[in-house]
Amino acid sequence: MSERVTVRKTYKLYIGGKFPRSESGRSYLVQSGENSTANVALASRKDARDAVLAARAAGSGWAGATAYNRGQILYRAAEMLEGRREQFVALGIPGDEVDAATDRWVWYAGWSDKLPQVRGGVNPVAGPYFNLSTPEPTGVVAVVAPAAPALLGLVSVIAPAIVSGNTVVVAASPTDPLAAVTLAEVLATADLPAGVVNILTGRLQETVPSLAGHRDVNALDLAGVADAELATSLEVKAAENLKRVLRPVPANYDWYANPGLARMTALLETKTVWHPKGG
Amino acid sequence: MFEYAPAPESRSVVRLQPAYGLFVGGEFVDPTDGDSFTSINPASEEVLAEVAAGGVGDVDRAVRAARTAYDRVWGPMPGRDRAKYLFRIARLIQERSRELAVLESLDNGKPIKESRDVDLPLVAAHFFYYAGWADKLDHAGFGPGPRPLGVAAQIIPWNFPLLMLAWKIAPALATGNTVVLKPAETTSLTALLFAEICQQADLPAGVVNIVTGAGDTGRALVEHHDVDKVAFTGSTEVGKAIARAVAGTDTKLTLELGGKAANIVFDDAPVDQAVEGIVNGIFFNQGHVCCAGSRLLLQESVADQVLASLKRRMAQLRVGDPLDKNTDIGAINSAAQLARIRELADAGTAEGAQRWSPPCELPDRGFWFAPTIFTGVTQAHRIAREEIFGPVLSVLTFRTPAEAVEKANNTPYGLSAGVWTEKGSRMLWLADRLRAGVVWANTFNKFDPTSPFGGYQESGYGREGGRHGLEAYLNV
Amino acid sequence: MSARSDLTELGRSETALRAFLHGLPGVDQVGAEQRAAQLGTRSIKATAKAWAIDLAIRMVDLTTLEGADTPGKVRALAAKALRPDPADPSCPHVGAVCVYPSMVPYVAEVLRQPAGGAGPADAQAAPAGTGLVHLASVATAFPSGQAPLEIKLADTRAAVAAGADEIDMVINRSAFLTGRYQEVYDEIVAIREACGPAHLKVILETGELSTYDNVRRASWLAMLAGADFIKTSTGKVPAAATPPVTLVMLEAVRDFRAATGRQVGVKPAGGIKTTKDAIKYLVLVNETVGADWLDPDWFRFGASSLLNDLLMQRTKLTTGEYAGPDYFTRD
Repeated sequence: MSERVTVRKTYKLYIGGKFPRSESGRSYLVQSGENSTANVALASRKDARDAVLAARAAGSGWAGATAYNRGQILYRAAEMLEGRREQFVALGIPGDEVDAATDRWVWYAGWSDKLPQVRGGVNPVAGPYFNLSTPEPTGVVAVVAPAAPALLGLVSVIAPAIVSGNTVVVAASPTDPLAAVTLAEVLATADLPAGVVNILTGRLQETVPSLAGHRDVNALDLAGVADAELATSLEVKAAENLKRVLRPVPANYDWYANPGLARMTALLETKTVWHPKGG
Repeated sequence: MFEYAPAPESRSVVRLQPAYGLFVGGEFVDPTDGDSFTSINPASEEVLAEVAAGGVGDVDRAVRAARTAYDRVWGPMPGRDRAKYLFRIARLIQERSRELAVLESLDNGKPIKESRDVDLPLVAAHFFYYAGWADKLDHAGFGPGPRPLGVAAQIIPWNFPLLMLAWKIAPALATGNTVVLKPAETTSLTALLFAEICQQADLPAGVVNIVTGAGDTGRALVEHHDVDKVAFTGSTEVGKAIARAVAGTDTKLTLELGGKAANIVFDDAPVDQAVEGIVNGIFFNQGHVCCAGSRLLLQESVADQVLASLKRRMAQLRVGDPLDKNTDIGAINSAAQLARIRELADAGTAEGAQRWSPPCELPDRGFWFAPTIFTGVTQAHRIAREEIFGPVLSVLTFRTPAEAVEKANNTPYGLSAGVWTEKGSRMLWLADRLRAGVVWANTFNKFDPTSPFGGYQESGYGREGGRHGLEAYLNV
Repeated sequence: MSARSDLTELGRSETALRAFLHGLPGVDQVGAEQRAAQLGTRSIKATAKAWAIDLAIRMVDLTTLEGADTPGKVRALAAKALRPDPADPSCPHVGAVCVYPSMVPYVAEVLRQPAGGAGPADAQAAPAGTGLVHLASVATAFPSGQAPLEIKLADTRAAVAAGADEIDMVINRSAFLTGRYQEVYDEIVAIREACGPAHLKVILETGELSTYDNVRRASWLAMLAGADFIKTSTGKVPAAATPPVTLVMLEAVRDFRAATGRQVGVKPAGGIKTTKDAIKYLVLVNETVGADWLDPDWFRFGASSLLNDLLMQRTKLTTGEYAGPDYFTRD
């Protein structure tokens, strides 16, 4: 009996809950596991634009969902990730990293209905007013995923952004994009509404500057930008509409360490509501 | 007719010097490579004093003084002792509040009623509030032992000179940073009086440095290599320039910028209080307020009624001498700002909106603009989109709550918003949907040191006030 | 706001009355109190103060409503009403004297002496100010209002017959607070009729109404039923007139005139003791309803001790020296 011919996967983009090819029709070759290669979509500026549109469209529904619901969906993503452990291992991701990434989803999932309590509350103003501060998502966040660790790094930048109700456009690691596309498959089966997470593969220089300059993007996470000059130029672009900017993560950063609240809080707005108290 | 006789607050409490130097390292010094400019009273154009304009070298000297104070004194000092200095300052402000209020009105043009009853009480309260945090930072929710950043460069605007100083300096000092503060060019004098208060409090030299000057001085400060933190309140345009300037550095940045707030009135609003809120929203401090309710959104079913009430109320506004205790609206802060307001108001007329002001006699000298409303404004008008920063209100209408939200959010800004309705569920529904850092429901333009303030989108980032305000000055 | 004709129809139906009153815009307590407090910071000095003091004196309803009132006591009060400062003929007389119905004849004796009589009550010969000093009487089972309607009507007719030209009635708070607006309305209409030519001041007893929303509704109810004046308080419950309550009532008379064309007066009563207080109220009037109400025909103070403080401040302004209480009559 001849050896079974395997069914190979086409690695496409993840935009608005769908898996389109790049509108440019281009792809590029990357290593897939030990012995094979894959053609990955090479996203264009227009793909980036479409991803922002999808992220914006998903925004009000996702931010308006109950915190309980968002937490349930993030936890569901952890369940799906756990179930697909071997798929990531086959891509060359160490099992420990997949486990850590799964645990990180779980950790962040639990924050959805706790962050507003930890970050907000009643302010004791000196007058007859009820005064309440609550954190709100900042909106559409463009994220440059860290080059490595491919899965844990990716999860560690997506989860803190979306747990509070932001939607994201992620520029995946150009050298290691398969984990990102595979994670998209996890998310697509986790009841995550279409457009909450959008994933672009390809060259950072092509997609990220247009995301940094896009006036309908509210925040820019430069986690995976290693080139200092590129980072500065992106931050300068981001200033045009005063995007919230998370600066690049140092190369020696330990992604396995407890991340704390910083990546979540950097993508929050605080809204304070006043109302008089009278009879 | 009940004619109120003039009731001027006495100027004698203020002792102005003919010229002021920079406050660096605990002393007033002459600028080394700077210049000087005159500060005038915008209500009369009388010269108040000659003020130093710090040059690049002066800024460097101030930053070095702040660095030294940070390294040797203020950084190592226990929080409880920093607290005591801040409490001292708060008390001194209370004790000298009349003097500060009169000087603020002289230099800024705002009514003494406001500097006395709003600005100064809030300034003192802000120092009291943050004084208490200095030895409690471990419990502020940022984990154990949050560290200060170092030297903070702070640039403040002319609309609330002393209050903005307090919003900047109090949290910076409470968290253990030292500061170099640049007041706005047209309103330096209360900051310099505050420097005297720092001396009176025996605040260690170099903890607070005040470098007066215009845009060039500010730029030198922002671009100085040894500042760890930049905090800016002012125009969105300058805010963007600062964001570009600090790109690629480790400098932490917070920005509190412009706004074009919607003040939304529903047909079930408490209408008399809503009218007061509209007036307070746009005419408080001559409309020189970043969170001013400059776009009035009226539900169509009550638009005529509310407008009639608003016009009747506006006819009661007393415009004139800022030092008169009965003045409601004082002088526009500068000739340049007056020109900007006139330009935008003229654009409103040119674009076809209907302009109305109550009969109102304006003084001959100084910079004045009558309280003005434009009706028939649409979202496409410049006066509905651009920040005017003056006593000019654009009136638009809406039909449904959803339309109100859509129009309110249809701006790159997102600093504040107002909602007037007696229906609690509708108020909360709107509060959820309005993209603004502060939502005033059935009130407007209320401030408190415990209440975080700051914007969404192009209104800036970071929050000032409350526990949230500490974050901008800690390495968290 | 409904058209004029609609408003007159309201009193015919409990349903219509309720719908109208409950449809009035709400009053935000904090906002109303803040507005009143802000107006309280107006600085009224020099000529403005002198003008305000004389106006306030002319607006005083000099009041005594005690079980211990006697003919002698109220005669003395009436004499003071005519000539508050015997030492200064330029001092105006007060707006009215306000007493219980049984005391009305004794006050009338002093106030209504014929021209050329021994007293100074002749309108032409009055020392200052214009017109006569009005004679007000509380009626309608003051202060509780807890009596059958027939008794309230008899009380009213007796006071008018004895010489009162102003009647201060109390509304039926029990009916108002239980939502029986028609009953309150009908009672006011009946008393209004019993007043004949006398003016009717309707006391809302705002301290018992408790909320500003109720104050606004009761104001409208009283005006719809024909009140010539709306008055805050009897002075017999702890919470009497306050600037924000008066502000809400002023807004009501302002809006009522806009809707109907009829002007109604306002009388804060109880707790107004100092010149400073009185001037704050005049500022409220000035900046809420304007000059049309700055007249004793349209604004009154129900007070007793206020008058002497006004007189002391008046003297201070003319002499430049602080006055003492011994130099003014106590009655």
